[in-house]
Amino acid sequence: MFRIDRTLIRNFDWLIFFTVIAISLIGILTIFSATRQPMESTQSPFYIKQIIWLLLGVLGLIVFVSFDYIWLSRISVPMYIAGLIFLLIVLISGKTGMGAQRWIGVGPISFQPSEFFKLIFIIMISRHFSSVQEPIGIMSLLRIFFVFVFLPFMLLVKQPDLGTGLVIIIIFIALSLTRGLQKKALILTVIIGFVSMPFLGNLMWERLEDYQKSRLIAFVEPGVDPSGIGYHIKQSKVAIGSGEFSGKGFLKGTQGPFRFLPEKHTDFIFAVFAEEWGFIGSLFLLSLYFLLIMRGLDTARKAKDDFGKILALGITFMFSIYFFVNVGMTLGIMPVVGIPLPFFSYGGTALLSNYISLGVLINIRTRRFALFY
Amino acid sequence: MQIEKDGPDRIVVVGYIIVIGFIILLLRLWQLQILQGDEFRRISESNRLRVINVQAPRGIIFDRNGIPLVKNTPYFIASVIPGEFDGSNVEALSKILDIPSEEISGKISIKKQSPFTTVRIKKRLSFREVSVIEARRTDFPGLIIEIAVSRDYIYGKTGAHAIGYLGKLTPGQLENPEYKDLPRHAFIGQWGVEKYFDKTLRGISGQKIFEVDALGREIRLIQEKPPVKGDDITLSLDIELQKEGEKSFEGLTGALVALQPETGEILGLVSSPSFDPNKFANGISYADWTAITRQKNMPMLNRALQSQYPPGSTFKIITAIAALEEGIIDTTTKKYCNGRMNYGKWNYNCWKKKGHGSVNLHRALVESCDVYFYEVGRQLGIDKIYEYALKFGLGRETGILLGGERKGLIPNTRWKMATKNAPWFLGETIISSIGQGYVSTTPIQMAVMMSAITNGGTIYRPVIIKGMKPVPLGKIDLKPGTLEIIRDSLLGVVEEPDGTGQAAKSAITTIGGKTGTAQVVGARQQYSGNSKKIPEKYRDHAWFIAFAPGEKAEIALSVFVEHGGHGGSTAAPIAKRVIEAYMLRKAKQEESTDVQN
Repeated sequence: MFRIDRTLIRNFDWLIFFTVIAISLIGILTIFSATRQPMESTQSPFYIKQIIWLLLGVLGLIVFVSFDYIWLSRISVPMYIAGLIFLLIVLISGKTGMGAQRWIGVGPISFQPSEFFKLIFIIMISRHFSSVQEPIGIMSLLRIFFVFVFLPFMLLVKQPDLGTGLVIIIIFIALSLTRGLQKKALILTVIIGFVSMPFLGNLMWERLEDYQKSRLIAFVEPGVDPSGIGYHIKQSKVAIGSGEFSGKGFLKGTQGPFRFLPEKHTDFIFAVFAEEWGFIGSLFLLSLYFLLIMRGLDTARKAKDDFGKILALGITFMFSIYFFVNVGMTLGIMPVVGIPLPFFSYGGTALLSNYISLGVLINIRTRRFALFY
Repeated sequence: MQIEKDGPDRIVVVGYIIVIGFIILLLRLWQLQILQGDEFRRISESNRLRVINVQAPRGIIFDRNGIPLVKNTPYFIASVIPGEFDGSNVEALSKILDIPSEEISGKISIKKQSPFTTVRIKKRLSFREVSVIEARRTDFPGLIIEIAVSRDYIYGKTGAHAIGYLGKLTPGQLENPEYKDLPRHAFIGQWGVEKYFDKTLRGISGQKIFEVDALGREIRLIQEKPPVKGDDITLSLDIELQKEGEKSFEGLTGALVALQPETGEILGLVSSPSFDPNKFANGISYADWTAITRQKNMPMLNRALQSQYPPGSTFKIITAIAALEEGIIDTTTKKYCNGRMNYGKWNYNCWKKKGHGSVNLHRALVESCDVYFYEVGRQLGIDKIYEYALKFGLGRETGILLGGERKGLIPNTRWKMATKNAPWFLGETIISSIGQGYVSTTPIQMAVMMSAITNGGTIYRPVIIKGMKPVPLGKIDLKPGTLEIIRDSLLGVVEEPDGTGQAAKSAITTIGGKTGTAQVVGARQQYSGNSKKIPEKYRDHAWFIAFAPGEKAEIALSVFVEHGGHGGSTAAPIAKRVIEAYMLRKAKQEESTDVQN
């Protein structure tokens, strides 16, 4: 099952690999800058932890490139069940952070099962979409939805991890549309979507934690609470805008280290970067992400089978959604949903799971020729 | 609509959507960073920097002999940073500071704007409280000891009207560009020397520019401009004289101004009752303020400059000088006083009912004969009296640099026509010539007039700062000998057996002076006889103006006692006490310098 040979190395997608490594290294520099404030008392600095997680991530990537991705399809059911169990464990005995239970502790390490669940979810959906006839009919769609989307969605919302919950729904919809739906299924999806929107909205509103509610309110009415979430959006825009064309320079940013920015090394790290590197730097960073996403789509196009195609697409969608929502949030054109910038924000579990997902993506591209074995 | 089967084309569509997404992000970045970049850069700078004004130590005020009258006392304040303070410590803290715990928790919870703005819990901690807090510092995170400086007036009420006090910037002053460099909660001079020499005393406040974080905590000092201490001021006041003056006024309402005749320097400035500036200097409580302002005898009124009353017989000096100068009388001219003067159907009484008999100028001044001056005044006419009164600084501001000075009033025919729209009556001239009727003056004007008589006729602007170049406002051109005649008579007022000012006679120096009694209108008819029986509010006002020593005056002063009765009995002893205190002190000083030499 695990084989690394010369063919594998020759076909390895070095372009996407180095693109993402570049993103992560810039991310570490930015974490260093954002958390450099002397008054902060941390046991070991964030950037050191992030470097360790990056090394682990690259290791994870190598592991997930080394075997044929078809195995993922074969072990998808037990993985999926294990994933659901982990989500349940979080609900029962999870650590609380930011008013939400997302973490479970394994020895000294605590991690977020929902981070890994996203990949498991994409694998599961890919397996089922590739096995049903396309365009997908109403019944198959509903079955897949209820068994593989609705159930984990409810578990995630209960944590509550609204961000991840919404991401899996969006991935599901995007994959369905790209895969192709029968006319009836498409119309039904649209109608149900519209009809259930207010109902779902209300249901979700009831389930929201206060901090989630305030985020949504602040997005709609930024003037309501200037020192709450609206304040965060404002300070984020101040940080990015004050970078002007060429930025204030590395370690010269003030919005992040002086705590004007919330979540400066996680959700709002793009603002810290844009303050120090300006429009030019932001343009460069966005180009790297553009390269990553385009390469992901290209991988999907060139995949040798439907499973690989849908899997590559799902992973690319996941990166894209995170990227657009996060950057859009810091720019004040998306609601503040607490999701990180992939490969860039501080956060061990997310970095590891993203590198594993990238590994799967590279795996699909590396084995794109049907006659590989 | 037939959904197309082949995936790749849809992926291309997805690619286009992604490209559009990137274009939106780039446009937004362009908008924030390029179009609005300047604006956001400015906001981020103001986010980051905090400018703190550091008030300069205020200059010290000394008396003319170098005795400090004020001091800047550092004191300790217990303050709390609410964001770092543990609420469960309130009880323990309340015990240490001896403040109810509700008061502490109330103060902490009021300030909502930033949890890192310090809240002052208790000012002026005792040494014991400071040491207890310092020893238990780790038990009270978020509790800090701040240092502030208070302005203490060492002599309390003594000289309060001259020295003044500090107060918070008023809303009006906050608008004034003169104070724009000061912190909003700064204390500045609001009265007396503290107010009128505030700029000198204030110094230049320094500035500290800190880099702060979003919680308002100071991270690093970027720039520091140290404050420049305010200049010290040496007043012309003699605090010993001032103390003696205020002691003499105990229980009385009135004012005293003592001047150095050759310079115009103010040696003493009493306004009684006085107030304690220490109550103002560090923020007066509302209760204290209303208590002071509602007092019937108005302690905040600076009577030396602001009370204007008829000068009574002290004004006879002006009438006498005018008559000598105009050639109406000489030292030998005699008038007969039988106790009254008839003019038409009116009777004008002399204060001495049985009359003074035949008197010359000297006797008329010494015994303060009213009829003599009725007669002389009638011959002079009001406009001549007006002319000379004005030359001696009456009826106009003396120009002292302490605010709120009143002008008093010297009437003339034109004035009456302009304000009363009525012709002048001779009867009004008659009472004006003895300082009654419309005539009114302030104590400081009378002291300036007294100075001019002893210094050869120069009117100096009264100054409160020692050693300044004297400011002559005018030199009165008089016949040689006129002032000598007056001075000689004034010495007689005190020294001669029949003089009205015998109560001022001193064993240690020769004093010259003139008594004055200003009638309270309408009182005379009802209450005759023993002045002690008259209720205080109908009692006459007492004046005494004086100089000493007789040979060469070193001090000229005016004493005014509201409802004090007769000038000779109430005001003259005060003048004597103050003059003696001054002369004794001078003698002692000269002695000690002799020993040193």
